[in-house]
This record gives sequence, structure tokens and C-alpha cells, in this order.
Amino acid sequence: MNWQMLTLVGEDQPGIVARITDALYRGGCTLGETSMIRLGGNFTIMMMVDGGQSEQALASIITPVSEQLKLKFHLDPMHGGLHQHRVPNFQVRVNGADRAGIVARVTGVLSACGFNILELASDVVGDSQQPVYIMTIQGYAEVDIEVLESALEKLESEDIDVHVSPIETLIG
Amino acid sequence: MAMLEILKLPDPRLKEVAEDVTRFDEDLQQFIADLEETRQAGPAAVGIAAPQVGRSQRIVIIDCSTTRKPVPNHGHLILVNPEIIEWDGFELGREGCLSVPDYTGNVIRAERIKLRTQDPQGEHHEYEMEGYEARALQHEVDHLDGILFIDRLVSRRTDLFQRKVYQKGGKKKK
Repeated sequence: MNWQMLTLVGEDQPGIVARITDALYRGGCTLGETSMIRLGGNFTIMMMVDGGQSEQALASIITPVSEQLKLKFHLDPMHGGLHQHRVPNFQVRVNGADRAGIVARVTGVLSACGFNILELASDVVGDSQQPVYIMTIQGYAEVDIEVLESALEKLESEDIDVHVSPIETLIG
Repeated sequence: MAMLEILKLPDPRLKEVAEDVTRFDEDLQQFIADLEETRQAGPAAVGIAAPQVGRSQRIVIIDCSTTRKPVPNHGHLILVNPEIIEWDGFELGREGCLSVPDYTGNVIRAERIKLRTQDPQGEHHEYEMEGYEARALQHEVDHLDGILFIDRLVSRRTDLFQRKVYQKGGKKKK
């Protein structure tokens, strides 16, 4: 397979995924892993796409529909492929009054412990007077949970509430 | 003893509802030995159900005594015609499956269950299970009803952030 990473962003509206994937399907493309989420009310999606076409040919399939939907897109050739999932063994939950630097502080501490982030999602919730930052991270680290806990403990003095728990994935 | 082939998605036999076991004979004992050998041979699985090897009967094996961090468990259990008779609470956890290689995802399960079952000799037993072992049992009993964990997936971004608040309302009866 010769995967390309397709990124599409723009104002959200119903039917985007259906229109884009229909154009790709009609253009002879297959999809691999995809991830779509709304960020700040905007539509965002990343998709592994392959149809054996050149980047230019793939762009010509996407352009008509992305223009109709007023979306910007971007294509990158990519290495790697399917079946490269890694199973996380730790979950980290973070919340605190929103301010600059929370993500950098938490992920910096984790990184120093050799923690590899596999999934991360964050949100600003609450209201505009008292915004609250919430983040969940799943990842893999070789160290014991006590090592992560004591490393993250120092963030409590900065009013960042961080909680680590092990993920014991059940195979049945 | 013989290794059995593990069926993998999209094999339609994984979606069938399995039959009760009615004969506790030598054939059953032989099959159970083979099922256990198959479970042990594969990637570290805490459980296996007969439909996963193409036998549409209500038989499961679970063993939660070997987790990295010890959890409450009843050791190695061979369960014939298991039936969950009570559920309580719910909890999010990550699961994978011998029949769905290369994928893990989050599933909500009851936190505590009460189980009525027979053993390989046909004797009746009841067990109360919690946490990881209760999760394993629910995963395996689902196989007997033709349900895979991917039929119960919740969004990767779903997190029961304040789990304890939800627990009171989490009672569910069959």
C-alpha cells in the first residue's frame, strides 16, 4: 500500500464525511485509519487514503468536493501503515483552572519519565468567567505507576489536578 | 489434547447464540482440555469461550489469577451454562479479543455480578465477582450470545470522569 495522509479542516456542516468519502470511493481510493473530531466548532478529519494515484491525481479527486464544502485540505505521503496499534498501559486525567502551559507542564513531566503518549484529547469547559481545562491522555510507559505519581505530584502546587491510573487491557 | 483454531472476525459463527450443554460426558471433558490448551497457547488471554473455536455451546474458561497487579478472583474457572443473574454498578475498561486481533477499545461493563453456573461435572455453583474478573466473565458470556466487545464499544474520548457519582444509578436488571 502507498498511503497518503489526507487532512481536511473547515466550518462544520452535516454530511461532510459522506460527501468526501463518496468522492474518494468513486475515485478508486480505499481508506485506512481515520480520526474526525470537532475542534472549536470546526470540522477536522485525518484519513489514511490509498488508491495508487499520485498526489496530484488524489488532489484532483478531492478538490471539487472540498471547494463545494469550503474545506481546506492537505496531503502528505506517509510511511508506516495499518496494524501498528500499541496498547496503552496508563491513563492520565488532568483538570484545572484554564491557563497557559498546562499541557506543556503535564506532558513535559510524562516525557521525562519515558511516557509515550498514544492518545490525547483536551477540552476547555465551564464558562467564559471560569474556564476549566480537562485533558485525558492514554499512553505507554515502562516505569511503575509510583514513579509517574511522584513525578506528577509537584504539579499539585501549581493547581493542576493530575490523576494516573493503570490500564489493564483485558484480552478474552 | 489438541490445539483448536480460533475463529476471527468476520466469521459469522461468532455471531451465533450458543446452545446449553446437556451432556457432561467424556467428549465434553476432552473439549474443555483442548479449549484450555488453546487459551494458553495464544496471546495472554484471561478467558476463552467455546464459540471462539467454532463450538456453539455455553462453555467458558476464565482465569484472572495472573494479572500484572493482583485483582480479586476465583482462580481458574471452567464454567458450563453460566448465567449472570445480578448486575451492579458500571465501569469503563479497555478490552481486546482473540477473535478481533490488533484492536482494543473501551467498553462499559457492570462492576459487580452474581453468576449461576455448572462445572464440567454438571454440579451447580454460584459466584459473586467484581472488577476485572466480572469484566472477563461478561466478555466471555457475551460470546455465548453472539456478541463481541466491538458491539459494545464506546467512543475513545468517552471517559467516566466522575465515576463514583454515577455508581448509584448504575443498577441494571436483566
